[in-house]
Amino acid sequence: MLLELSSIRKSFGGVHALLDGTLRVDSGQVHALVGENGAGKSTLMKIVAGMLRRDGGEMRWKGESVDFAQPADAHDVGIHMVHQESLLAPHLTVAQNVFLGRERMRGFRLDRRSMIDGAKEILEAHHFPVKADSRVETLSPAQKQIVEICRALHGNPSLLIFDEPTSSLSDAEASEVFRTVDALREKGIGIIYITHRLVELEQIADHVTILRDGHTIQSCPAADTTTAEIVHHMVGRDISSSEQRDKLTPGETRLKVSLPGVDFELRSGEIVGMAGLIGAGRTEVCETIFGITPAESGAIAVNGKPADIRSPNDAVAAGIALVTEDRQHTGLAINLSIRTNTTLANLDALCTAEVVQVSKEKAVTEQLREKLQMQADSVEQKASELSGGNQQKVVIAKWMFRDTDVVLFDEPTRGIDVGAKAEVFALMDELARQGKAILMVSSELPELLQVADRILVMREGELVAELPRETTQQEIMHHAVTQ
Amino acid sequence: MPRESSVVQRFLPFISLAALFVILSIASPYFLTATNISSVIRQTVVINIMALGMTLVIVSGGIDLSVGSILAFSGVVGTMTMVSTDSVMLGILAGIASGALWGCANGLMIARMRIPPFIVTLGTLGIVRGLTLVISGGLPVVGLPKEHGFLGEGTVGPAPFVLVVLVACVIVAHFMLHSTKLGRYTYAIGSNEAAAIYAGIPVGRFKVAIYAICGLLTGLAGMIETSRLMTGQPTAGVTYELQVIAAVVIGGGSLAGGEGTVIGTLIGAFIMGLLSNGSDLLGINPYWQQVIIGAIIILAVALDVARKRRFAS
Repeated sequence: MLLELSSIRKSFGGVHALLDGTLRVDSGQVHALVGENGAGKSTLMKIVAGMLRRDGGEMRWKGESVDFAQPADAHDVGIHMVHQESLLAPHLTVAQNVFLGRERMRGFRLDRRSMIDGAKEILEAHHFPVKADSRVETLSPAQKQIVEICRALHGNPSLLIFDEPTSSLSDAEASEVFRTVDALREKGIGIIYITHRLVELEQIADHVTILRDGHTIQSCPAADTTTAEIVHHMVGRDISSSEQRDKLTPGETRLKVSLPGVDFELRSGEIVGMAGLIGAGRTEVCETIFGITPAESGAIAVNGKPADIRSPNDAVAAGIALVTEDRQHTGLAINLSIRTNTTLANLDALCTAEVVQVSKEKAVTEQLREKLQMQADSVEQKASELSGGNQQKVVIAKWMFRDTDVVLFDEPTRGIDVGAKAEVFALMDELARQGKAILMVSSELPELLQVADRILVMREGELVAELPRETTQQEIMHHAVTQ
Repeated sequence: MPRESSVVQRFLPFISLAALFVILSIASPYFLTATNISSVIRQTVVINIMALGMTLVIVSGGIDLSVGSILAFSGVVGTMTMVSTDSVMLGILAGIASGALWGCANGLMIARMRIPPFIVTLGTLGIVRGLTLVISGGLPVVGLPKEHGFLGEGTVGPAPFVLVVLVACVIVAHFMLHSTKLGRYTYAIGSNEAAAIYAGIPVGRFKVAIYAICGLLTGLAGMIETSRLMTGQPTAGVTYELQVIAAVVIGGGSLAGGEGTVIGTLIGAFIMGLLSNGSDLLGINPYWQQVIIGAIIILAVALDVARKRRFAS
């Protein structure tokens, strides 16, 4: 046995990412690791690759107990992780990237010749269709993936870990990666393959391990299981109807979206969920509606009137708000105060002849702080000093003050604790009761079932299903992962 | 968290200025004379007024390297207008307007063409200086009306007139940065431009306004410079941009954006003014003055970085 993991545990600041990670990989085996977003797959693999240290559990490499303090320790024994293409230097050549950080030298000079030859050797040995002297920026995503693989192969690995290698690839490109994986298996290398696309399992996996909420739920030969069974194990229990939010009678249409492959309406008083895997295009839909990446074709209408949205400025003017998935980078000016952030999207309402009426502003912010029960010393406190949940409340307060008819929430509960989640849901419910229309993008299926009136499912950039609130996690997952 | 010490460090520029003032008063009997103080004010006012505009630009996360060239362009255009129309007022307005126009051009290229401010203003630094030399033929503009001297050298009661101009500019700039929508957006853009865009703010429009204001104040500073020299020098203001940026940075402005105050910049400019005046009075070799000012810039930023690191931990 190449690698044996048993009951690996890891938590981050009190949040359990991994409680029982158990896995056995053999040489010459492709071992697929599947699970929902946040199930603990990446955490487990980072522990194997020496990027994280485990809190508990046993890790054995070729029968011996091991503990890696840094990635170099894992490299030394022959474990390499194939990262996604983003970790390459685009302006350098394939050979330069393969040898990045471990350049061959000739005295004080780089031994260019030897490195190009070395890269060529690896490429030819595996029949990879890439030239050693091409600049990486000119390569296709699949070819970049191959460069990453070459970087790993250069260290003569016994175990390669692939982290969702096909998530950004087309079908044709994905099959190129499959061929590569096959070739590596032939050479007797053990492979752990993290994926979201269950259709791939039939094509390449020998063995499947399913993680859910940090636990290994099932581990068996790929031939002994079915896609339906895997989906069932991935999602776990269902939400009972008593936990669901009361359904309101929806009013008139607030937002009508007709984009290529994505057609839907949001009505007053409604919370519509949007499910899908990472990379399914959910955030892109939000950003198109909000004018970050304006639509090239299609139409958007707000309250029955066509809206030509070329920028967030247009979107907000038309009555659309976006609570982004990334508070730090797009939601908040983190070094500014709660007050400044709260009023940023509606400063005109507080201005007399371009001058901000600060006393009015303080009163407004103070009111919202109380209403949303933000835990902060005062409204003058910097947003960066707040907890994730309170930061999210500031973002929501900003849009409550702007009072738009449509509010898009992209992963509204990411990085906030359970109590704050309930409060965020209560706020969404209140906004719906005020007659606003709400879209809630979430990777947490139980949350969607709890909050949403109906659920849209995205897959590979298209809206593939619309399900009633009575649906199940299996049903949603089925539409999200299969063709 | 050591709150007390962080308060001390926040007021560090002010404390340094006060300390410098006291030290120089003791070290040199000439320092605290009315003549010397008004000469310090006259010498620093040009850099100071430019630094007010630069404060807005730096708080917004930008930079303007072209201000030295714009100063010369405004001065030449203003004085040429003055000579040809024989109107001091018209000349001054022409100078200020031409500064504002160049600022506007900088802003448009930065906002609409999405070229980084460093590159745009590095380009206009050369373009504007070159055009200044072209329109003046490389020669100073002379024969200015005598009344023009009042702007830079006149007095109001005991105070130099430029002090009145400076105080007015400081009040307006402070109000603009801290009380208006433009000022609020300036901080928001500098603190996190993406968040400002996602809040629906028309960021491009405000950037143009910010650079235009910087250009306008530079135009005014250019006219003061011509008044003090009583010529329009096409070579005026070379490397002023560095002194101006230094004043903002010593006063607590961050080149990463989102931080900086008008009062801080005012103090920063005076610290630089006192350092060079004090060095003169104490007979320190002018070669050494450059070394001292350079070291002070690094020291000021090093202390600021240390303060933030401690605050973050």
